[in-house]
Amino acid sequence: MLEILSKPWPWYISGPMIGLTVPLLLLLGNKSLGVSSSFRHICAAVVPARRFTYFSYNWRNEQWNLLFAGGLILGGVFAGTILAPNEDVVIHADLQQYLATFGITPTTAPIPEALFSIDSLLTLRGLLLAVGGGLLIGFGTRYAGGCTSGHSILGLSSMQIPSLVATCSFMLGGLIMTHAILPFILALEI
Amino acid sequence: MDQTKPSVLNRVWNITKYILAGAWFGVALVKGEIVSWYRLQEMFRFESFHMYGVIGSAVAVGALSIVLIRKSGLKGSDGNVLQPKRKTLNRGTVIGGMLFGMGWAMTGACPGSLYALAGAGFPAMVVIIAAALIGTFLYGIIRK
Repeated sequence: MLEILSKPWPWYISGPMIGLTVPLLLLLGNKSLGVSSSFRHICAAVVPARRFTYFSYNWRNEQWNLLFAGGLILGGVFAGTILAPNEDVVIHADLQQYLATFGITPTTAPIPEALFSIDSLLTLRGLLLAVGGGLLIGFGTRYAGGCTSGHSILGLSSMQIPSLVATCSFMLGGLIMTHAILPFILALEI
Repeated sequence: MDQTKPSVLNRVWNITKYILAGAWFGVALVKGEIVSWYRLQEMFRFESFHMYGVIGSAVAVGALSIVLIRKSGLKGSDGNVLQPKRKTLNRGTVIGGMLFGMGWAMTGACPGSLYALAGAGFPAMVVIIAAALIGTFLYGIIRK
């Protein structure tokens, strides 16, 4: 049983699970699924808010969101330990070939060690991806008013045009990065 | 009997329920490989249907659930109708959206994945989350 659960779950299981989180949160407390807002709440809790309108609100009213983020971490702990896979990640042959040229080979982990291990963070490539990528995520999601959870899942489920525009923009940005810029970043070795 | 103060059990549940919801979501993200940098690359390179299947089926289930909830007329404990909050469309939707998309492709992670991966045992995520917090802070101080 554990063996079956430890293998990766197909999209038609995990997708609906994710979709069910929408009504789950509505029923639990009329909450709208979203994760990037947690970045705002954490900032509001930490910075001297009076100086910045964006952080001058009572973040404690959005406590549920921080609890949800905490739950995300716990879910990760459970899935990453008890349900951890034993086999190497299987990827498309073309991707495998492409990544091999940059010294990246899949292991059992969902993310490449060559890019995101603690040692890799000390390389220019790793630092650029982690810090640059993080800055873009934190800035971009808030500027857009949501991330893939808030816009692509909740927003599209509730048929909201802004979320369709946002999702298309997410994809466009990702495509530009993947095809035009990432090859140069991955080639950095220092 | 005093019905005005929430019981201890009530207060504990009001906290626990959101943690459990997050854990459900986190397990789905990790076991469903949504947190996988490789699956994201396959998505942007059109080498796999997986991520499209995840998002598509998630939206289908979410949309159906919202229709059912609306039809049921269910109200929350505060008497308000249950409904998702409204999103606004502005310049940031596109520009911010594209910026996030770029970061999404670089890290292979959206905010939810960052938290789930941190829990799953990848300490480097803490660096990315810290950078994201700085990014949000920068947005907060720059915006008019």
